[in-house]
Amino acid sequence: MSEFFSMGGYAPYVWTSYAVFALTLLADAFTPLLQRRRALRMLRGQLKRQARNATKSRPSGVEDAE
Amino acid sequence: MNPLILWFHKLGSPPYFYRLAGRWLPWLYALALISGALGFYGGLVMAPADYQQGDSFRIIYIHVPCAWMSLFAYLFMAANGFVALVWRIKLSETLAMAAAPIGAAFTFITLVTGSLWGKPTWGTYWTWDARLTSELVLLFLYFGVIGLYHAIEDTRQAARAAAFLALVGVVNLPIVHYSVVWWNTLHQAQTVNLMGQSKISANMLWPLLTLAFATHVYFFASLLARARAALLTLESGKDWVRNLLPGEAAHV
Amino acid sequence: MKPGTTAAACVALLRRDLMLTWRRRGDALNPLLFAVIVVSLFPFALGPQADVLARIAAGTIFVAVLLAMLLSLDALFRSDLEDGSLEQLVLSPHPLSLLIACKIAVHWLTTALPLIAVAPLLAELLQLPAQVLPVLLTALALATPLLSLIGAVCVALTVGMRRSGMLLTLLVLPLIVPALIFGAGACNAAQAGLAFTAPLLWLGAWLALALVLAPLAAAAALKISLT
Repeated sequence: MSEFFSMGGYAPYVWTSYAVFALTLLADAFTPLLQRRRALRMLRGQLKRQARNATKSRPSGVEDAE
Repeated sequence: MNPLILWFHKLGSPPYFYRLAGRWLPWLYALALISGALGFYGGLVMAPADYQQGDSFRIIYIHVPCAWMSLFAYLFMAANGFVALVWRIKLSETLAMAAAPIGAAFTFITLVTGSLWGKPTWGTYWTWDARLTSELVLLFLYFGVIGLYHAIEDTRQAARAAAFLALVGVVNLPIVHYSVVWWNTLHQAQTVNLMGQSKISANMLWPLLTLAFATHVYFFASLLARARAALLTLESGKDWVRNLLPGEAAHV
Repeated sequence: MKPGTTAAACVALLRRDLMLTWRRRGDALNPLLFAVIVVSLFPFALGPQADVLARIAAGTIFVAVLLAMLLSLDALFRSDLEDGSLEQLVLSPHPLSLLIACKIAVHWLTTALPLIAVAPLLAELLQLPAQVLPVLLTALALATPLLSLIGAVCVALTVGMRRSGMLLTLLVLPLIVPALIFGAGACNAAQAGLAFTAPLLWLGAWLALALVLAPLAAAAALKISLT
């Protein structure tokens, strides 16, 4: 097992490479998730604002003149 | 109409693409993980140590697939950019811009792992030979495309300008690929051939090809995920996006 | 020359741009000053030994000239954009690529030509061996138009951006690296007594290609940026 980890003496080079690979792709995999959450959050806020403006602009209790 | 052509046209519609990509995504990620694990097991455990480089050669299983992906991603980006500029297909703009950061990530990994591999084998972390220099230039080209895309306000115009830049930079791709043929380089020449014999033993080759497959699948998974997120923002005014949100907020 | 023909339009554009540059000739000399200052910094940084300076002279001069031209690239379309004449150029019936080629020519004449003229001074400041100077001047004469042409394509993509300076540099540099490699490479080869015609011929080939393609690309890029 320790032979596996020491990689014939090249451990720092080999394992750092694998670590860089894993970390970079992990960051790349998580970015779309964060982008999606942000997009949905902004969308929700946008819709809430639109709903609020729609109810505000509707004049309250005004009927056609009778 | 030919069902394949019909499906292709449907794919250009953002809501259809969004749904289809959403269904494929978990499978693509799973396939990438499994084939990646298989490839790594083959490369780290099963393959014998190289007679010259010892165990340090195992960096090849990261370095080479990522190098291949750095070129593939750029080609993908440029091809979609071309479609976006000529036929003005909105989805192509999104796909081209989504491919850029993934390609940059692969290029970065290629350069770093190559550097770490160079130290024990060549004695240096870096040298300005044609292969390394052109790969570094590739990274700068990616940064340029991403930077230009984020610098322009209007998303669609930004995508078109960045796509144009990507096309201008395509000339670098054959330079990277043939650099070891056209110049005397420290970097070794091609050992894996698409047609004909490869100059690497079979028990070292199959994990490499497996990981090449895995990185390709991962690229498409990440691409679809990024494209979906981008479409949410791009199409935020449309009904199909609103209907994705549950609750009363959606029904205005 | 018949007014209204494309040739007349090009001549008019050339005259206008040259005249505008002449009116602000102080500004036009900024890149020159920049190159001289940058080159002068190296002896301070590296020490005045002639052999050290001679070793890096050709490459340093090349980089300084490149950076100086980069500084002035942004101004290629800026004043025309601000007063609306850029849109007039795009809308005109004459081929936009030809008009842009004229603007690029003026840029080269007003920025690069003074730099090439001052290159012997820069060579002296860095103790460049005398036999390398003709090669340096030839390489600069081939590489600087390349920079103007490729730079024009990138400027066309970023036209209208207010803080585009750094982005422009990022865009241009990867594309201009081959010109630098071959240009400085020719000079270094000449300095080492080796054959230097091959890199110069490569530069000439790139230049011939860029002369035809870059104005077309810049015109397309301008149309993208101005929509």
